[in-house]
Amino acid sequence: MSAGEIRVPINSDQDIVLARQKGRSLAAEAGFSAVDSTLIATAISELARNIVSYAKKGEIILQTLRNSHRTGVSIVASDNGPGIPDIRLALRDGFSTSGSLGLGLPGVRRLVDEFQIVSSIGHGTVVKVTKWRPDHREN
Amino acid sequence: MEVPILKQGEFLIATIQAALSDADLEHLRMALVQRVVRYRSRAVIVDVTAMDVMDSFASRTLREIALMIRLRGAETVIVGIQPEVAFAMVQLGLTLEGVGTALDLEEGLAYLNQKFKNVN
Repeated sequence: MSAGEIRVPINSDQDIVLARQKGRSLAAEAGFSAVDSTLIATAISELARNIVSYAKKGEIILQTLRNSHRTGVSIVASDNGPGIPDIRLALRDGFSTSGSLGLGLPGVRRLVDEFQIVSSIGHGTVVKVTKWRPDHREN
Repeated sequence: MEVPILKQGEFLIATIQAALSDADLEHLRMALVQRVVRYRSRAVIVDVTAMDVMDSFASRTLREIALMIRLRGAETVIVGIQPEVAFAMVQLGLTLEGVGTALDLEEGLAYLNQKFKNVN
């Protein structure tokens, strides 16, 4: 079962801040620690920044995941931008085509537990990440 | 969201008071460099206690601020990086290499006072 999703349109650098603040509150509500909530907020910030830098606009969808034995937060960042020509290269540390630090995707992958990316040239990119609450007991 | 910059003797203190957008950070970079020139400041403290997230853009901008200010012969000390923010920065692979850091404003000021007292 999953709670309602929060959709944050990403059109400008202001939206990056909004998306990560919503993500942090969602993580805190789901019982994540301050450290993990910050990791989630940081991952959202990087994913939203990728949208602004490469695709100009897109969307972040945040959702709390709950099942019988664990709780998590899923983040889906999607855009209709140019797509990533070589995903393997984009996931390598230090790679960037926009003059940023090039830490975006490999960095985000280190912050979360599950990481999926689908990209199609000329159609866009979807990155889906999930972070699970380390404490498996239900409160 | 404008970041207030306080002149305290030979130092400047910029206190970030809320989450900053990219544009806010760029504005801070320009404002600090201009003021270092105008006041012939010897050091700048940037207090980031209120920053919710230090992502790749924020950390690159802070590093650029420190480099620009160093070219003016002045020093930058970043103070107040929260423990969870520091943890996320390390996980993300971000460093503030070559930039001075201190626990909080008080420690930052103590460090600079000590340093510039010895020089004079």
